[in-house]
Amino acid sequence: MNSEANLEKTPDSRVALVARWSDTGIRDDVWAPLRKFTSARIALGRAGGSMPTRHRLAFQLAHARARDAVWSHFDAEALAADIRKMGEEVITVESAATDRAEFLQRPDLGRRLATESRIRLLHVIGQSSGLDLAIIVTDGLSALAVTTQALPFLAELLDLLQGDSWSLAPLIVASNGRVALQDEIGEICRAKISLILIGERPGLGSADSMGAYFIYSPKTGKTDADRNCVSNIRQGGLPPIEAARKVRYLLHACRKMSISGVQLKDDSGSPISALGAV
Amino acid sequence: MSYKVTLGRSSYTFGDLKTLLAKATPLRSGDQLAGLAAENAEERAAAQMCLAEVPLQQFLEEPPIPYEEDEVTRLILDRHDKESFAPLRNLAVGDFRELLLSYDIDSAALSAFGPGFTPEMIAAVSKIMANQDLILVAKKAQVVTKFRNTLGLPGRLSVRLQPNHPTDDPKGIAASILDGLMNGCGDAVIGINPAADSTEAMGTLLRLINELIQKYEIPTQSCVLAHVTTALRCIERGDPVDLVFQSISGTESANKSFGIDLALLREAREAALALDRGTVGKNVMYFETGQGSCLSANSHHGVDQQTLEARAYAVAREFEPLLVNTVVGFIGPEYLYDGKQIIRAGLEDHFCGKLLGLPMGCDICYTNHAEADQNDMDNLLTLLGVAGCNYIMGVPGADDIMLNYQSTSFHDSHYLRQVLGLRPAPEFEEWLLQMGILDNKQRLKSTTARHPMIAPELALLENAGTAVDEF
Repeated sequence: MNSEANLEKTPDSRVALVARWSDTGIRDDVWAPLRKFTSARIALGRAGGSMPTRHRLAFQLAHARARDAVWSHFDAEALAADIRKMGEEVITVESAATDRAEFLQRPDLGRRLATESRIRLLHVIGQSSGLDLAIIVTDGLSALAVTTQALPFLAELLDLLQGDSWSLAPLIVASNGRVALQDEIGEICRAKISLILIGERPGLGSADSMGAYFIYSPKTGKTDADRNCVSNIRQGGLPPIEAARKVRYLLHACRKMSISGVQLKDDSGSPISALGAV
Repeated sequence: MSYKVTLGRSSYTFGDLKTLLAKATPLRSGDQLAGLAAENAEERAAAQMCLAEVPLQQFLEEPPIPYEEDEVTRLILDRHDKESFAPLRNLAVGDFRELLLSYDIDSAALSAFGPGFTPEMIAAVSKIMANQDLILVAKKAQVVTKFRNTLGLPGRLSVRLQPNHPTDDPKGIAASILDGLMNGCGDAVIGINPAADSTEAMGTLLRLINELIQKYEIPTQSCVLAHVTTALRCIERGDPVDLVFQSISGTESANKSFGIDLALLREAREAALALDRGTVGKNVMYFETGQGSCLSANSHHGVDQQTLEARAYAVAREFEPLLVNTVVGFIGPEYLYDGKQIIRAGLEDHFCGKLLGLPMGCDICYTNHAEADQNDMDNLLTLLGVAGCNYIMGVPGADDIMLNYQSTSFHDSHYLRQVLGLRPAPEFEEWLLQMGILDNKQRLKSTTARHPMIAPELALLENAGTAVDEF
């Protein structure tokens, strides 16, 4: 029998063990000053070789928020009511995915409308023509994101677009939608451009991040190479009001040049910058 | 040729071998999405019974994608070694499972038979194996590779240090590298997924790691996981490229969608070999794979995702890699829905890769829209440790802030090393002892601010201002 095993049999040795542990304790690593260079979870310290309690629980919280965002109920009617208060006409629709589990496993179903929604949409707005823009709001992978970011984003964008005399289709709020749902809806609306606001896949530190994708001449079967995207729209990322201004700028370029996707770029030397202020 | 099985009064017919393989595959969402999965549990069990009767020889006669249409099929059949295969030719898939489980099959026997195995044979037998079979047989297959250290030895577990940063900021990356090294990780490779795939960015990161490796004489290798063509340009420019990385897949068309073919991989390997930067060996390639990549590229040819994954290993095998990594839960729930499917796929991939002679590691991981959590990862981590997996990922706090998914942490590697008595690669272990990072009981030592690596690197980072190229 070794001495350590012996020690732990007496009350004094147990006291000594805990006292020794308290002395060394769990501390941050001496290289903790490196944390200012990255948001990665570095210099966490160790319990033995394992994760200290505080960091384990912080991770659990971040994951819990991300999971809740993916599975949170999307109250499309409530969001529609809030948008109506801004003076907009709103139609609610559903994708062909019947519930959240199916939505997650069948991305193809989230990219098209449920039959009933399609028929209703055709009936209500299928007669329109010559519209500039259809705007869709959908939960995507985070209902939390759109319920948090869509209203301030839309308030700013709609205000700006009104000043620029854009003609808009009624706003559409869709449940269980993927990005490419904008193709079918934009086509039904016969709009020049289709813009979709959608909850992005939650990261550990960003459960409420919204993306805005637009496409020129929307049509079923277009690919992601035809789209442009402004992503990470959230407080702490690109705040919704700034994002709305950026999207407005890009929409102008898109309408003026009649293109979207890889040909329409937002960096220097590209066609958009060449347009100057629009 | 069609395959038929009768169970009491009902019978099942499968139109061809690839259909039989797909229907026999344990349930996963990707095969359902592709419309290839069994209709129900009974059809799946029936297909497994039917598959158990298929002679191994049949996999040579009925490739799931025709020889004329696909260079991966041509590679598999052209490289098949008839002599190694000869003793197996009359075995059916069910017999093959029993042979692999027999006491007489050990590491030496598996390497002797190896050139006679095709990915389709190995995928087929995996489909009728229990998780414990996949672990037991994979454990027998040891695959050792070398560059600046020796990876895959029995009783060893290595770690890829993955210090990603959302904007490739060299200071942010250096901070995560130091964290990993001080936690005793990084023997498999210090491997960065760059946010931007450019020659400039890759060169900067390569020089950063190269300088650290040289300054502290760390017996490990670096890799920036950019496209193979970017690595080739870096080699031309004279950047310090240790390993050439590429994502690969199991069909010619899926590989084309990645912008590669076999000829390009051959060219890249030769370029890396010519640099002669390895000190103890010449394995210069690093490949990543993952079930579902062919379906995601619309290039699956009606073949199930697990069989296609095994075919990607035939591509890897051709280039004698230092490391192969199945990034098992990264692709999302439409391919592997939950923890159960991810765990099964991780064990299958490790088994198939090892039997095809590859130094398999696993990125034990998931995304936030999958039905999985860190406890599922603990389970797969433990199972793969028992199965003798060569290496795992070490991501600070298991949270990759660039790729937005969760993997395994440096702490996770210490858990596994403790419960299974595993140690780092021998050369790296020696370095950790010398640097006062590990003690001779394999425990991490507590460090003071005067540590010979931490003190100068902290000072350097603090004083560097914005002149990031100093690193």
